[in-house]
Amino acid sequence: MTRRKACLVGVGQSEFTRWGGIKDRSQFQITAQAIVSAIRDAGMQPADVDGLASFSDDANSAPLMAVALGLPKLRWSSMVWGGGGGGSMGGLAQACAAVESGQAEAVAVYRGLCQGQGRRFGKFSAVRPGASFVNPFGLFSPPSMLALLVRRFMHLYPITELHLAEVALNARANANRNPNAVMHDKPLTLEQYLDGRWIAEPLRLYDCCLETDGACAVVVTTRERAADLQQPVIEVLSSIHGGGPQWGHGPLASHNMPDADYASTNGRGLARDLYAAAGVAPADIDVAQIYDHFSGLVLMALEEYGFCGRGESGAFVESGAIRRDSGKLPINTSGGQLSEAYVHGMNLLIEGVRQLRGTSTSQVPDARVCLVTGGLGVSPTSAAILGRV
Amino acid sequence: MSYFPDDMPRPEPTMDEAGFWEFCKDRSLRFQACTSCGTLRHPPLPMCPHCQSCGIDWKEAPPDAEVYSYTVVRHASHPAVTPRLPYVVAVVEFPALPGVRLITNITDIDPGAVRIGLPVKLWWDDIGEGMHVPRFRA
Ligand SMILES: [Zn+2]
Repeated sequence: MTRRKACLVGVGQSEFTRWGGIKDRSQFQITAQAIVSAIRDAGMQPADVDGLASFSDDANSAPLMAVALGLPKLRWSSMVWGGGGGGSMGGLAQACAAVESGQAEAVAVYRGLCQGQGRRFGKFSAVRPGASFVNPFGLFSPPSMLALLVRRFMHLYPITELHLAEVALNARANANRNPNAVMHDKPLTLEQYLDGRWIAEPLRLYDCCLETDGACAVVVTTRERAADLQQPVIEVLSSIHGGGPQWGHGPLASHNMPDADYASTNGRGLARDLYAAAGVAPADIDVAQIYDHFSGLVLMALEEYGFCGRGESGAFVESGAIRRDSGKLPINTSGGQLSEAYVHGMNLLIEGVRQLRGTSTSQVPDARVCLVTGGLGVSPTSAAILGRV
Repeated sequence: MSYFPDDMPRPEPTMDEAGFWEFCKDRSLRFQACTSCGTLRHPPLPMCPHCQSCGIDWKEAPPDAEVYSYTVVRHASHPAVTPRLPYVVAVVEFPALPGVRLITNITDIDPGAVRIGLPVKLWWDDIGEGMHVPRFRA
């Protein structure tokens, strides 16, 4: 008996706007519409879907979603722990586990996030775990929390503000080619980047992801079923979530890890397991979508996922390596969360699928293997490797 | 007068965190230490991650620390900090007490003068209602 292997067969999304831009429909409604788009993109019907998965405090209840979508039967519903987008590829991993174990035939993975209708992630929240140990000190928001990791990273290694800038400028250049990107028509120069106001040093305005409204969904089913559908078959070579020791403590990251782990994305062990399960090496990756809530953590991830040595990510991006036209590893080709939209990583997954289908607006020629990471510097973090069959 | 304005969010400890803040009321900075193996931990946890004992000693921190990492916050994500911008949030560690780090503020300093490794000293900020918060200055 051949093992069931999970494949990505459909993608769907809403329009992306600045936060507060979607006022005429609820977050739940645009999420349901994104799921239906993904199902139709696959050439399937809602009745073919029997599983729903999301991650990290998703506000769009799966049982209610099953009702709205008219699913005749719900055989799988799951959500990965953690805040923000740490578990985004964990949601995919759950869907793959459901499909590969036979507990579901087709699972939709989704995220709807209208920051204009709910909580803005850049604002103070009293409900974060461990809040008493950060709030009285004015450490309220994700950029200031992760600035502490980036500062230590830049202290330990030769990483400069120009290297952070390169991540932001690359994202914007790609967004300028993507009509769906919130920053599609907003070019960004190095001068503008450097003139950007400080949010929490060493992070400037353009080092920080957008705050947007939008929804994204993908559909996962078996390879056998995928072969009968209308899209090119994209196999999930591997997908996992997890975290290293002590990472779970604190609102976004612990601050007690050994020095070797502190200035990191929490992805070192995960990356090793991910490649082993996929049977590929970093050199096999044609294009990557790396969770870019903040530029500095993208640099750390390039190291942890094996594209350059520890402390070498600055020189790596300086060489033009992450650019679409010149680079050996183009990244965040839709504009990423810095410049396309911030849908907690699910828009990165959709862009990964587009690359392997050959339909990206910043297409990497003959891209066949794509790395997508979940949120970085949190626990759990997650990642997936997709391959065009 | 406290370092931040009165509308600054206050500690709202959970049951497992309450011990730390009870000592702060008395201007005493203490970290949890396991009664079985001595391992230090912070923020507070109800169980020792090393040996799974639930026994807790409270070990007094020395007043001398150094900056492990820091950020200069220049954007207000809560209205209370607007009059205080820019301010420094730091992770400090204690050379005499390895294994625990603390999120705090470095006060009374030009933010441009803060650096990793900077020696800092504990002071207690009276935030009213009997509560004190540990902050540091160079
Ligand atoms: Zn112990």
